[in-house]
This record gives sequence, structure tokens and C-alpha cells, in this order.
Amino acid sequence: MIFQAIDSELDNVLAWVEKTLEEAMASPKVVMPFLVAVEEIFVNVAHYAYRGKEGSVEIEFLVDDKAKITFIDEGIPFDPLAKPDPDVTASADERQIGGLGIYMVKKSMDGVEYHRVGDKNIFSFWKNL
Amino acid sequence: MTINVATEGEKSCVGVVGRLDTVTAPELEGKLKELFETAKELELDFSELEYISSAGLRVLLGAQKAMNKIGTMTVKNVNDAVMEVFEITGFKDILNIV
Repeated sequence: MIFQAIDSELDNVLAWVEKTLEEAMASPKVVMPFLVAVEEIFVNVAHYAYRGKEGSVEIEFLVDDKAKITFIDEGIPFDPLAKPDPDVTASADERQIGGLGIYMVKKSMDGVEYHRVGDKNIFSFWKNL
Repeated sequence: MTINVATEGEKSCVGVVGRLDTVTAPELEGKLKELFETAKELELDFSELEYISSAGLRVLLGAQKAMNKIGTMTVKNVNDAVMEVFEITGFKDILNIV
């Protein structure tokens, strides 16, 4: 499915993913972290990929023995996996905000993958069901 | 998302109902900023919080930092899914979870 890469589409994206997971009888232990991961990646594309201009993101979602989702955008080259992890042991005063979203995806999902193909960013993650 | 606030003197209890995500987090941020003016003790009740993403964590971090200077902030009734997020991100050690 193709969505406009804007925050106001987030609810639609999450509703679609949640419905598909529920139809596949995914356990609640999978659903919430998966939805959070979807939000983190979708919002990253919405905020950064097109540098403030309009753009869309194609989302492929396949559920079999695992739930695997792929985000394809035509924004600036961006490899989320290249970001260093935030220091999760830092105190409140020292905590930096950046990098938290992708860190949550890496920690809670069973696999993540990024490729740049032509002018497209292709980012996937999956969780075993 | 719904925010319920009960204030008694310098103590405010804030119940967050529903989801704390990119779309709803700014609303909580706005409400908490109002409370920083008056509350010395801030208690967040997450018994009806179903979901939290990094946008929500950002708001909590800002609130914890602000309240560390003013008084205290505690978080209570965190469900398993939200607690897992707090553990993965180290927020379990930043927030005062009771």
C-alpha cells in the first residue's frame, strides 16, 4: 500500500498493520512492539526523507510464519542502521533524544535490513510469530 | 488519547488513557508544561496507557528533567508492554516507576 509520508497518515498505517496482525492471530506480545516499530520507521520517513517536501512511502506487509514489513521511499539516501546507538545507561540530564526510535526497532524485532537500490531506500524488519 | 488531571495543592495526578504516539504526544507535553508551573509532585498514572513510542518517551524525558529541578515525578501502574519499552530504552532507570 502507498501512503503519503506525513504524520496524519500514521493512524491509518497503524490501523492497517494492526488489523492484519490480528487476522493472523498474532499474540499481543508481538503486536505492540511491532506497531511501535512501524511508527518509528514511518515517522522517520515522514520527517526526514523528503526534506520537508511531499513524498510517499510504499509499505509491503507480509504475514506468514513471521510478520515482515518493508518501507520503500524515494527520499534522500538514509541508512537507519548506520546511526550509533544512544547511551541507554545515561542519566536523565545526560540522555540524548536522537536515535531512540531505530534503537527500539533493532532491539525488539527479530531482524532488520536496509538496502539502497537506485533512488530508493528499502528498509525491512520482521518479527517471528 | 485522553488526559485526566486531578490536583490537590502542589500534587497533580495525571492519568493518560490510550496511546502516547507521534500524534498524541504533543498534547500531553502541553498539559505537563502547564503543570510544571504549579505542581511540586507529579504522578503519572499509566493504568490505561496501552502504547508508547519514542515520541512519548521524549515527552517523559522532558518532564522528568523539568520535575527533577522542581520536585518529584513518579510513574505508576505500568503494564507489561510499556514496561518492556522502558527496559529496552533504559527509561526504567531514568523514570521513578512505582
